[in-house]
Amino acid sequence: MGLNLIVLIKQVPDTQNITGNAMKEDGTVNRGALPAIFNPEDLHALEAALTIRDSTPGSKVHVLTMGPPSAVQVLKDSLYRGADFVALISDRRFAAADTLATSYALKCAVEKIGSYDIVLCGRQAIDGDTAQVGPQTAEKLGINQITCVSRIEDIDVDKRTITAVRSIEGGYEKIRAKLPILLTLTDEHYLPRPPSAIKLMTYKSASTEMSNTDFDESYLTSGADLKAENTISLWDINAIGADPESCGLAGSPTKVKTIDLVVLKSEDLRMIENTDESIGDMVHELIADHTLG
Amino acid sequence: MENFFRDNEDILFHFEHMDIDRIIRLKEDDFQNPDNSPYAPHDLEDAKDSYTKVLDMIGEISGENLAPQAADIDKEGVRLIDGEVRYAKGTREVLDIFAKADLMGFCFPRKYGGLNFPAIMLAIAAEMVARADASFLNFGLQQDIGETLNKFGSEELKSKYLPKLATGEFGSSMILTEPDAGSDLQAVRLRAHQDPDGKWYLNGVKRFITNGNGTIGLVLARSEESAPGARGLSFFLYERDEKMVIRRLEDKLGIHGSPTCELQFNNARGHLVGERKRGLSRYTMWLMNSARIGIASQAIGIAEAAYREANKYAEERIQFGAPVKDLPPVYEILTEMKISIEAARTLLYETARIVDLKEGLEHLKEHYPERADEVKSDLKNYARLTNMYTPMIKAYATEMANKVAYDAIQIHGGTGFMRDFDVERHYRDARITSIYEGTTQLQVVAAIGGLTSGTIITALDEYESEDFSHASDLHNVLLAARNKFEKALVYIKGVEDADLVSYHARRMVEMAIDLIQSYLLLRDARHSERKLKIAETFIEKMSTRITMNSDFIHDGGSSLLRNHREIIG
Repeated sequence: MGLNLIVLIKQVPDTQNITGNAMKEDGTVNRGALPAIFNPEDLHALEAALTIRDSTPGSKVHVLTMGPPSAVQVLKDSLYRGADFVALISDRRFAAADTLATSYALKCAVEKIGSYDIVLCGRQAIDGDTAQVGPQTAEKLGINQITCVSRIEDIDVDKRTITAVRSIEGGYEKIRAKLPILLTLTDEHYLPRPPSAIKLMTYKSASTEMSNTDFDESYLTSGADLKAENTISLWDINAIGADPESCGLAGSPTKVKTIDLVVLKSEDLRMIENTDESIGDMVHELIADHTLG
Repeated sequence: MENFFRDNEDILFHFEHMDIDRIIRLKEDDFQNPDNSPYAPHDLEDAKDSYTKVLDMIGEISGENLAPQAADIDKEGVRLIDGEVRYAKGTREVLDIFAKADLMGFCFPRKYGGLNFPAIMLAIAAEMVARADASFLNFGLQQDIGETLNKFGSEELKSKYLPKLATGEFGSSMILTEPDAGSDLQAVRLRAHQDPDGKWYLNGVKRFITNGNGTIGLVLARSEESAPGARGLSFFLYERDEKMVIRRLEDKLGIHGSPTCELQFNNARGHLVGERKRGLSRYTMWLMNSARIGIASQAIGIAEAAYREANKYAEERIQFGAPVKDLPPVYEILTEMKISIEAARTLLYETARIVDLKEGLEHLKEHYPERADEVKSDLKNYARLTNMYTPMIKAYATEMANKVAYDAIQIHGGTGFMRDFDVERHYRDARITSIYEGTTQLQVVAAIGGLTSGTIITALDEYESEDFSHASDLHNVLLAARNKFEKALVYIKGVEDADLVSYHARRMVEMAIDLIQSYLLLRDARHSERKLKIAETFIEKMSTRITMNSDFIHDGGSSLLRNHREIIG
């Protein structure tokens, strides 16, 4: 008996490789100037799901992302790395969603898939850095959650339990919980596998396909040659049965009041003596104000 | 993100302009997808798009994963522990990536889990890998053994082993050399005998076996007791078991990440590949030709890495108040390095293109016998060209890499001599390239036949039919040089003294390579002003070299033959 695994991923601007015009004058991110990438911790979540699938015969990995049509790229990337099914949740009415509206839409999409055992996502996305969407989705689904998982130690399919190691300040804790569960993954253990050249050639021309019909679960138990595996499903607000009032801007209580543009610049020059003690003091000072470390 | 495909303008230039439509059609059975594979291309654009994407992938793995580990791989080296080879940590990690990325069957047919890519794409990929770490190429993107098996092995052997090579589960090695059979493989002694049931068993010692720990090996062995020389040799597939012992690993100057093994076969089971007695003359020669292009790519990769280090250093190193790159003796060296790398690359792709056409036509002949007549003369032509171009690129690229790596250290001055900098590693790694898979001297022996048989004239005439009106002055210089070469060729063909012919063979082959490269660089110049400048500077010196070589041949130039005994005893 395999496991149904669902990975929630996000396409994000690459804030780790900042170029000159990364910010607009109003202090918001200039998404056009930054390459769009697979959110790094989500890649680790995908790897965790693929690892579980590979060691638990009969399992399937579904990958969902909410975003604009261009987010198809991270779904293709998921297919190249071995995902069994991918769907893009995309609709103008999802635009400007905060974390609450996002987790509501994701909850609807997860429920559309139907039965599932483990939902995995990255701990947080590198654009918003809130780390809220995973936990909120679990709450809305009404299932257990373990956040900041560095490693999954064991899954007992018969007893339907999972044992995971969770990163906490100063160490780790080991938690056993019942399935179904949502996990948020850190980047500590699951080194993402590379895309496969064969899968890349198989799926590179995959296109999105509008699917308003009910989710067809038959492929979960049948062979691998069904159409669902060769295309990227496109689910709009109706397809996942979401209430428009709870989606996008309408469903987002978070309102940005103002944005302050903080430009860091040194205001004075300080000379320190070239002695171990002075350098040590300087290093401690930099650590204290979080410039280092 | 380091990407050795995206950051290499010359590779991208060639990739954009190379004429590979016919190669793709042959390789892809005119897009009929006979194996009904889900990842077969639908048309030319689809195939090229896949090539781009996969090369991009290899460029990234090379730049991001392999190159940063190369220095550690070199330091750590390989070890023999309890009879098993242990690769360096970085090697193991990147091998795992290559396997997971489904790249290990780069050239194998799709029905065995391969990508079915042509040799010309392998040449690009292999260079990028070698630029990152030369040692890794010897097994990381090793296609020659699988390809030889694919070409000559039985369906049983192919379906048993090729899929495992393609997933990376199995490694492979070519097991040819023996203590007393190096360049002279006809002297191979490792014995193969059959038991009454017809099973083959191997007994004897092999030496200097690159990646001899591979799960399967292709072994050249003496199957015919009574037949001396090449006629007594057959080719066997051996799968690793306890009947073969890795006696030792060699302690080498370079390519420390690549294990070089001494193997002892103790009645080990072998499986005959192809027909008896054709082990050397047919299968080993085919395997070596394929491997020689790999070594040429490896050499160019090393040269590219060394050149980049040297160029960067020359920009940063300030002496006499300015970067040393501004000094004529330094920029001359750098310019020569760059030109020779690009001259090698254009010859590499030309060679790979010829090989692909030959292999593609053979494939067509075999699978569509009704079309055999239609391609007969083309096939004969490309087979001849393959036999001439392959040793030429092996000789040129590997000697070039040694020179470039030497010069890269020179540009660094004393710093380059230190282990802290990468150029000394490139220098050590380059050194083997002009030795293994046949020394440069053997490449000359292999190539000279193409000169005396007239293949070179056919090849040059073929180029001559192209349009060079974009550079007519340079074309004229080239024609004058060609004239001198042909006079020397007529002279050499008339000489009856075998030693004299052998003595001048290298000069003759070097002249031929010079001419071919001049044509190719002029061809490249059609698409780029910069390439026109490269052609100009190359042809200027080429012309002088040809004059020197042809004068030397014509004007006697044989005192060495008379005097060498007195001089070296």
